[in-house]
Amino acid sequence: MEAIALPDRQNHIHRKGEQPFAIRCNADSLAGAVSQRACVFCGSRVVLYPIADALHLVHGPIGCAVYTWDIRGALSSGPALHRLSFSTDLQEMDVIFGGEKKLRRALLELIDRHGPRAAFVYSTCIVGIIGDDLDAVCRRVEEETGIPVIPVKSEGFKGNKRAGYQAACDAMARLIGTGATGDISRFSLNILGDFNLAGEIWMIRDYYREMGLEVVANITGDGRVDAIRRAHGAALNVVQCSGSTMQLADMMEERYSIPSLRVSYFGIEDMSEALYDIARFFMNKYPDDPEARAIMERTRELVRREVEGLLPKLEKYRQALSGKKAAIYVGGSFKAFSLVKAFRLVDMEVVLVGSQTGTAEDYAELAAITDPGTIIVDDANPLELTSFLKEKGVDVFVGGVKERPIAYKLGIGFCDHNHERKEALAGFAGMLNFAREVYSSVMSPVWRFVPGRADAASL
Amino acid sequence: MGKKKPDFISTTNACKLCRPLGACLAFKGMEGTVPYLHGSQGCATYMRRYIISHYNEPIDIASSSLSEKHAVYGGGPNLKLGLTNVAEKYRPQMIGIATTCLTETIGDDVAMYLQEYRRDTEGSVGLPDLVHVATPSYAGSHMEGFHGAVCAVIRQRTEGGPCTGTVNLLPGFVSSADYRHLQEIMDGFALDRIMLPDLSETMDGPALREYRKIPAGGTPLARIRAMGRSRATIEFGRTMADGSGGAILAEKFGIDNHRLGLPMGIRESDRFFHLLAELSGRPVPAVFRGERGRLVDAYVDGHKYLFGKRAIIYGEEDLVVGLCAFLAETGVRPVLCASGGTSGRLAASIAAVTGDLLPEQPQVHEGMDFFEISELAQELAPDLIVGHSKGYPLARKLGIPLIRVGFPIHDRVGGQRILHLGYRGTQQLFDTIANALIAKKQADSPVGYAYM
Repeated sequence: MEAIALPDRQNHIHRKGEQPFAIRCNADSLAGAVSQRACVFCGSRVVLYPIADALHLVHGPIGCAVYTWDIRGALSSGPALHRLSFSTDLQEMDVIFGGEKKLRRALLELIDRHGPRAAFVYSTCIVGIIGDDLDAVCRRVEEETGIPVIPVKSEGFKGNKRAGYQAACDAMARLIGTGATGDISRFSLNILGDFNLAGEIWMIRDYYREMGLEVVANITGDGRVDAIRRAHGAALNVVQCSGSTMQLADMMEERYSIPSLRVSYFGIEDMSEALYDIARFFMNKYPDDPEARAIMERTRELVRREVEGLLPKLEKYRQALSGKKAAIYVGGSFKAFSLVKAFRLVDMEVVLVGSQTGTAEDYAELAAITDPGTIIVDDANPLELTSFLKEKGVDVFVGGVKERPIAYKLGIGFCDHNHERKEALAGFAGMLNFAREVYSSVMSPVWRFVPGRADAASL
Repeated sequence: MGKKKPDFISTTNACKLCRPLGACLAFKGMEGTVPYLHGSQGCATYMRRYIISHYNEPIDIASSSLSEKHAVYGGGPNLKLGLTNVAEKYRPQMIGIATTCLTETIGDDVAMYLQEYRRDTEGSVGLPDLVHVATPSYAGSHMEGFHGAVCAVIRQRTEGGPCTGTVNLLPGFVSSADYRHLQEIMDGFALDRIMLPDLSETMDGPALREYRKIPAGGTPLARIRAMGRSRATIEFGRTMADGSGGAILAEKFGIDNHRLGLPMGIRESDRFFHLLAELSGRPVPAVFRGERGRLVDAYVDGHKYLFGKRAIIYGEEDLVVGLCAFLAETGVRPVLCASGGTSGRLAASIAAVTGDLLPEQPQVHEGMDFFEISELAQELAPDLIVGHSKGYPLARKLGIPLIRVGFPIHDRVGGQRILHLGYRGTQQLFDTIANALIAKKQADSPVGYAYM
């Protein structure tokens, strides 16, 4: 039988229980392997994208800008500049003679037209080659316009998606520390790594408000430049999607002594734990403060109410889905942890879990929480995923747009958990939406007509 | 015409895609072929995502996945490694290699790398054919990439010899349903045709028992080689550059090249059907005469809903020309025709197909983006917009219907099954447009008629 993976890919795959845990990851994608990953630019673009009152100018030929036009479901409660796709659309002459002049004129034109609170200028592959001095152009335009104009060092070939996260964090680090923090409460936090897909950050902010906590900055869902500028005034950084924004939290800890908590808002278990962790943090920070105790009280009440409301509604889905098999392939591995637990909550079995950008620690944690026999895979591709899905007899596959046709061609249900989705899957209500979405795919009668399925009707 | 196009330095919401994307799509219409981008990993993934969202079909595009050291020392080794890996896992008949802005700028000589690769692998069994096309994304749009890939394959793979009597058909970039319909039309004339490319099956495949690494369908490679022995070529695209696939075949093998517009509307379709009648020596089959007759009947039945309605039309230049040819026949008045493409031929082509039907030529602008289209749209008081999904924000702002055609359709299912071509495709577009205008009138009416 032909091996599932190319020889150079085999150590990116771990089967739990068959050998001691070891996995190769966080490496450049293998040429010709058809990785599901994008590039450095993608990493930066997804993190900064939801900052809604900033100008996001992509410096390069048109592709990079046009493929990222309005692709995230990241909502804004106000300005929506982030939903436009700005590009310098470099042409041959710009490549030969340099794009700096065009970049400066484009920046001035767009800043004048839209009045953004800041501008991010993304490098693409070609900018790194033709040697445009982005720093110099940005500095000059910053002086001319009086708003922060920040280069994002996101040339596509300079590493993988994780390097793009770093570049985005570096860019935001230039904003943080420049705003006034005088009126910020002691009981305050920044939300890092939630992108307000389908309004999720609003749900999370409501929880914090109910607990009695002030949210200083959303980083970056429904994000605002001025809020990010004063993020250093918060007492705590609450970091979801740690792959993308942990570097920023680390920088803030070092520079402003702000501690951070890693959380996830997906699934009842992780959502509750996140709120309790935060309440405990303030209890420990202010042990004698009655307000800290009151926060814990309110947290308990909130979690009790939400869980009590949710569990009976979940029961119908749990009964229907019990014993079904799930596969997970997502961008960041943090989401995978929560999904494993969320599937367990509805009595489903996770048989495959992988990510584009997980670290060795992430995969070790996945190996620890999954059942024996589970396949754990880093930086997979369509052919590997297809083989695994068939081998394991999966009923539902969770992933993004690129994974969807793989599932459908195999006659397998699918749940979109990527940044394009329009369904809120975070928070307590999100768990119910998630179960409903999985249910509506797995239980659909259409599978009875798909020839690949054993029980299918045929002509 | 005559109105000045707003002249901005920056581009906002482009009305074009990048050149390598078009090449990947064209390669996807060749049998057993895996598209391959010589560049960094992101390009392949972004394009896959974009294409999947339209077709809802898998599209595996391989990449050299270049990193920093390759950008400095050249991408040759990774290109060769990637080709070997693709050959091993996919067992393709052919790999279609397109460059990107990165590899064009660092000056990678892909032709030389491929020569070396062929030399190094000489004698190995089961190696695929390799074709390559230069697609720097800083010059031209996805359409140049699409035609470029078609031309590259014709230049690199076709062979001469005794005439086989086949007819080459180069439709350009149309929907999967269009490719299917074109085959049906050619079959109707009993013409043995070689259609390049053919995305009818590869990007709109059935549910199958077994997953196929490379979906079935696409122009067979043996047929591509045989294109040099055909007796005629038909190519669609009034705005295409001179060195088109048909022109290359004419130059290389002396094959008659017939360039037509996309067969949209009655007159442009008539030109196509007449040519087929001439080439086949057969009359237009009854089934298509019937379709034409019903189309004229439908034009009459619905003409009052369409007459004088003002339309904004955007998208790929040849599609815009085809839409204008059709809409002008129905009494709709194109008021703004825009494309991100820059052929230099858009206005003249539109005038050529609409001149005697329109009281006044529309504003026609190449190199447009959606910001510029929106700037002009307000004062043009349009009644409808015709184009792909990305015009939805404008249609929503203006509160007028968007008639979805072309690529990409990202906000509806079945984009690959929209039929645009021939009498039948025109019929479907006509019904869609008439019904959208009726629906708008109905929705806007305070009365709520169920009888329109």
